[in-house]
Amino acid sequence: MAVKKFVVGSFDDEAVLFPAVKKVRSAGYKIHDVYTPFPVHGLDHAMGLRETSLHTAGFIYGITGTTTALSFMSWVFTTDWPMNIGGKPHFPLPAFIPITFELTVLFAAVGMVMTFMYLCQLAPFVKKHVFHPRQSDDLFVMVIELTEKTRAEEVKAYLDSVGAKEINEQEVEAGWWLGRFDKEDKLFSQRTTPVNA
Amino acid sequence: MHLKYESTLREPLVDGVKDYHQVTEDIIGPIEAKPGKLWYVGLTISVLLLLFGVFSVTWEVYWGTGVWNLNKTIGWGWDITNFVWWVGIGHAGTLISAILLLFRQGWRTGVNRAAEAMTIFAVMCAGQFPIWHMGRVWMAFFVLPYPNTRGPLWVNFNSPLLWDVFAISTYFTVSLLFWYSGLLPDFATVRDRAKTKLRKYLYGIASFGWTGSTKHWQRHEALSLVLAGLSTPLVLSVHTIVSFDFATSVIPGWHTTIFPPYFVAGAIFSGFAMVQTLLIITRKILGLEEYITLGHIEAMNKVIVLTGSIVGVAYLTELFMAWYSGSRYEFDTFYKFRAAGPLGWSYWIMMTCNVLSPQVFWFRKMRRNIMVTFIMSIIVNIGMWFERFVIICTSLYRDYLPSSWGYYRPSWPEVGFYLGTFGLFFTCYFLFAKYFPVIAVAEIKHVLKTSGQNYKEKMVKYELEDNDKFAHDQAHH
Repeated sequence: MAVKKFVVGSFDDEAVLFPAVKKVRSAGYKIHDVYTPFPVHGLDHAMGLRETSLHTAGFIYGITGTTTALSFMSWVFTTDWPMNIGGKPHFPLPAFIPITFELTVLFAAVGMVMTFMYLCQLAPFVKKHVFHPRQSDDLFVMVIELTEKTRAEEVKAYLDSVGAKEINEQEVEAGWWLGRFDKEDKLFSQRTTPVNA
Repeated sequence: MHLKYESTLREPLVDGVKDYHQVTEDIIGPIEAKPGKLWYVGLTISVLLLLFGVFSVTWEVYWGTGVWNLNKTIGWGWDITNFVWWVGIGHAGTLISAILLLFRQGWRTGVNRAAEAMTIFAVMCAGQFPIWHMGRVWMAFFVLPYPNTRGPLWVNFNSPLLWDVFAISTYFTVSLLFWYSGLLPDFATVRDRAKTKLRKYLYGIASFGWTGSTKHWQRHEALSLVLAGLSTPLVLSVHTIVSFDFATSVIPGWHTTIFPPYFVAGAIFSGFAMVQTLLIITRKILGLEEYITLGHIEAMNKVIVLTGSIVGVAYLTELFMAWYSGSRYEFDTFYKFRAAGPLGWSYWIMMTCNVLSPQVFWFRKMRRNIMVTFIMSIIVNIGMWFERFVIICTSLYRDYLPSSWGYYRPSWPEVGFYLGTFGLFFTCYFLFAKYFPVIAVAEIKHVLKTSGQNYKEKMVKYELEDNDKFAHDQAHH
């Protein structure tokens, strides 16, 4: 499988990370990702990521649950088996509310979590490349992808100038778990012309 | 970055000199270390209780529900009492994790993980009771609406007992998802630190390949917030529906519109008491006093005194309505059978434990006293168990026909079953405390800079200065 190259810079404070992200972006380097031990608010905006639509998905799942519950119970009690239970009406809407509510919540929650897992490609036995073992502990790890136009030394020097504590270069095999590598056209290892030749 | 600065006047959420790495060390450390003797003793006792519970239930299934002392008058006894009690205990977990998240209560971060775990284990215990109460438990799947071979025969969607099935199973599922999605980043932390191959492998599976990518965090935050938004009405609905089991019937003592809010308040009351019981032990044994601080304990005690008082008002309202409604049966149930009848002792235990004793928490000194809190948490749990017992048994033991009046005391399989659920609960909790991060590591790190003791001290000099200057200094030091 194809291999990509990255320059990995670690920061030890989010206050340093923020301006660094902005500077690296404006310098024109391609940030593959930033790995943080906890959600750093505003980092997604600083990186120029778009808002997630997970909420919308959740709403759609919820509505699906509502309609499923209401239509199913109505069908059962009015069409499929209109049973006389203690002389109660066949279409007791108020009595349907609790189950309708529960199924709305259930569909929304389960649907959202599964969508979340799918979008983030998370599942048991999935193994992803960890750029720095302390990225889940106390370091904020910025990973910059090397392209035809960038030189490793240059990127390293730049990361150093914006405050990275630890900088190294890593080659990672591009699998489906590393984002959309396999769909991209120009892979590092397939390059025929030398960098900045 | 809106969490960057918080007034120094507020009590810190994390005491002591901590940086991000220290937080990881403190919370993940106990997972990597060997458990102490107390842990083994506790786990052994729990497993033995669990085994006794399994034996009691096996006995009951083999001989039938006749081995329980339920009779024609008292058809619900300890089993449904325990069911409602355990469900109620679960509620504090969701309250802490969901409602307090929506209300941006930073102090939840220290206690939410353990409270959510408690919820899941408590609901597991609760669900047992209605299932085994069915007697022919191999028919339990009849409660599910599925196309069956008996013609188009469906479950009764009008029945509160069926609503319970949906409510409890939804509650369990959603709580589990909420809990586990929050655990993923912390499992990844354990995995990345792992020194042994086995630990790396197991936590690798458990962490689902979490890396902490910014996009993932963004989605994770959105997910947590929406799940919190969904769980908040859910937690209220679950105990409301449990109260419908009683309130939609026409038994004097049950048939009251006050039940839904009164049950919800009672559930939160008992749930917080159980959180206190567990966390006071956990923080001591795992040495997490700096994360589960006196501030946390005080905050929870405030919730206890609030909900305890709501419950107290509900009891008095019931008494008032029994008199004011002019219904003779209501009056007799409340004044003659509940407060003064042969089972009256249970009523007065309930009143003392739930209404009078929590009032000590009006005093700050008491709210911040660990021993008082611990004792109170147990008293409240006893009181809330008796509340369910009082509602169920003292409404049933004297019905419209004096010839069928009875008394109720449990048989050994009923007691054994109850003890067995304690075994299940504590077995799960001990395993959780050993193998899971009991505090949400990522969330603590998230609030550390705004509410950690040492960061607060650093900020004192900026207290009267400009926020921008502070941010600037942080970026350039």
